[in-house]
Amino acid sequence: MNRVWKSALAASALVLLSATASFAAKTDLVLGVVLEPPHLDPTAGAATAIGEIVYANVFEGLTRINAKGEVLPALAESWTISEDGKLYTFKLHKDVKFHDGTAFDAQDVKFSLDRARDEKSTNPQKPLFASIDTVEIVDPLTVKVTLKQPNGDFLYNMGWAAAVIVAPESADTNKEKPVGTGPFKVDNWAKGSQIVISKNPAYWGTPVALDKATFRIIPDPAAATAALLAGDVQAFPVFPSYEAVPQFQADPRFKVVIGTTEGETVLGMNNKKPPFDNLKVRQAIAHAIDRKTLIDGALFGLGTPIGSFFPPHHPAYIDLTGESAYDPALSKKLLAEAGHPDGFKTTLKLPPPVYARRGGEIIAAELREIGIEAEIIPVEWAQWLEQVFKGKDYDMTIVSHTEPNDLNIFARDNYYFNYDSPAFREVIKQIEATSDTTTRTGLYQQAQKILAADVPAAFLFQLPKTGIWDAKVEGLWENGPIPANDLTAVKWAE
Amino acid sequence: MLNYVSKRILIGILTLLAASIVVFIVLEIVPGDPARLMLGMNATEDAVQALQQQMGLDQPLLIRYFSWIGGLLVGDFGKSYTYSVPVLNLITERIAVSLPLALISLFLSTIIAIPVGLFSASRRGTMTDSGTMAIAQVGVAIPNFWFALLLVYVFAVSLRLVPAGGFPGWNAGVWAGLKSLILPSIALGLPQAAILARVTRSALLDVLGEDYIRTARAKGLTRRKVLYRHALRNALIPVLTILGLQFAFLLAGTIIIENVFYLPGLGRLVFQAITQRDLIVVEGVVMLLVATVILVNLLVDLSYALVDPRLRGRS
Repeated sequence: MNRVWKSALAASALVLLSATASFAAKTDLVLGVVLEPPHLDPTAGAATAIGEIVYANVFEGLTRINAKGEVLPALAESWTISEDGKLYTFKLHKDVKFHDGTAFDAQDVKFSLDRARDEKSTNPQKPLFASIDTVEIVDPLTVKVTLKQPNGDFLYNMGWAAAVIVAPESADTNKEKPVGTGPFKVDNWAKGSQIVISKNPAYWGTPVALDKATFRIIPDPAAATAALLAGDVQAFPVFPSYEAVPQFQADPRFKVVIGTTEGETVLGMNNKKPPFDNLKVRQAIAHAIDRKTLIDGALFGLGTPIGSFFPPHHPAYIDLTGESAYDPALSKKLLAEAGHPDGFKTTLKLPPPVYARRGGEIIAAELREIGIEAEIIPVEWAQWLEQVFKGKDYDMTIVSHTEPNDLNIFARDNYYFNYDSPAFREVIKQIEATSDTTTRTGLYQQAQKILAADVPAAFLFQLPKTGIWDAKVEGLWENGPIPANDLTAVKWAE
Repeated sequence: MLNYVSKRILIGILTLLAASIVVFIVLEIVPGDPARLMLGMNATEDAVQALQQQMGLDQPLLIRYFSWIGGLLVGDFGKSYTYSVPVLNLITERIAVSLPLALISLFLSTIIAIPVGLFSASRRGTMTDSGTMAIAQVGVAIPNFWFALLLVYVFAVSLRLVPAGGFPGWNAGVWAGLKSLILPSIALGLPQAAILARVTRSALLDVLGEDYIRTARAKGLTRRKVLYRHALRNALIPVLTILGLQFAFLLAGTIIIENVFYLPGLGRLVFQAITQRDLIVVEGVVMLLVATVILVNLLVDLSYALVDPRLRGRS
């Protein structure tokens, strides 16, 4: 009997050993994502869900943005910029191949940039390419890009997902069968279910540690929680349920990382529509909002308050939350001065995300305190884009502007805020024409101050990125400088 | 009989045609533009217009309607605006999940409900009867998404017997596919079973009060024989009606369960297509569902004749 027990023990020890051995060699990862991309071509759609699958993994641009939001070389190994800041000469990596085996060279770069800025282009970020005048091929590994005017953001812009380099042979079919130059290629997309990418053995750069990654589409917050707990997915880089975060923080099997994003969340106001055309009314609304209550209620305490339209993690950020500090007495006084001592009735259109719906209820309750009755109108994204964004048929709305480097939206013609400030436009123009960091920092700060003073929108908070993953997974981005799940440095700890 | 069937088919086709017009118009009125939604907040006006042109949205309404209907007649459901793949492919992929799920749930609910209904009806008025029906009442009242979450926490999170959700595809093997449908079909099937059990019981009780049952008893048949031979057959008509309605619901009305288990089914396809204003997909799925409902109703009506010989001669 004893012998039997001993051999059984030995056998199970062996099984355990081999199990840990196979654990150490783990090279696949299942990630949860909330939204399914409509297709996989970042040059043809704005959905963040596209970038979250393909950016840095499948497609690459001349430059790339890293986890800290810095610009790094990618397909261009180096570049020079002319004295006047108008001529960029890119030296390309050699021996780079697309996933279908075709070679990458200067022709693909010219094709991609010309295609993006073409008259018939359906690139979602067409303004990124607006400053390009000509793209010339010098030799197969050198490209010259001439700009109409100097553009300090040009290298950053070339790192966006919408600026990735595609091949003429596959450009039209990338939506379904993406062919890029990246370290992973797309194996299979079971619509509504999952997207599987696997290691590209012919990759030109540093090989990735993962052999296979699966993006599983899980839209429901409760299902996302269950999937992590059951071990069906091992990482949820943008976890959809703020209220479930403490549960994972208490569980040693998981790592919870609260990072930053580029999502400045604002209470947008229609600056040309009375009574919002009156600065005092806008100021009154801004002072009526208690950002702490808002963040606690809508995000379970996870956001960072902002006082202007600029991300707190940026070196040029200045804290201007004091300019519109919570002060309902002051709000009432401002309203009275503006000729609305008893407040007024208005509407608040809310798109679907939870920050907007929950935040909207809190803000409506706070506005009621100073006499403003805001009727909440929930809208879908399609309606929001049609009515609020395009039609400017709204009084107030809540939305998070998640694109990086988007301070310039307040300088755009005909943008939905209906804000029109020549002084602000001038500063933005100078920023775009400057590449010197110190000068840019000064200009950025000047722009933040103008917005904080003019209150074209009430500035609420910076959206957090709540990442939850298996404690043994390393290398996922903690912050979200751009929408991406860059897996190039991801591996399982030994 | 043949005349009856062909008449029904004609009515079915007219219903489909009417549905196509209603669906098309309703979806046209809904605000929102798929091209703008695709290109987002930084898109330039000319890029949006170029995409509208690519999607064929710049064509007049009537032309779009007729080219869509013309396509449907030859089995071409058009191309999805967002996914840019044929709508028919999308639908068939989803049916591969939704149809087995609906059938398994329906099977589960039937094999539970009919015996329970029989059991309860045969013990009418006893404690067992009221106890069983009380449980069934709870089953009707429990929201199925909550029941689904409960199943997930017990069988997937705690016991780890089945995955918490997702569908690996039939390529991964029949067992892997079925395994991922176990919890969803229980979550869908049990509440349906509760409804069906109550219907079966009350239908049986109605029949048991009929004169011919008394006659059958009088000629010396046992209670049990009367129940199976005379009562159950006659009580099946309302049961079949409910089953037909349940099937139509199970095929696409299961969006909540599909969300809880993140299954790529028809319900989620429609939901996603509506939010993305992928109208041509919505139209295609709705037409398919209308056709299914018409077909199922026809089959249910025909099956009445099977269970009840008196209906065969009629019409």
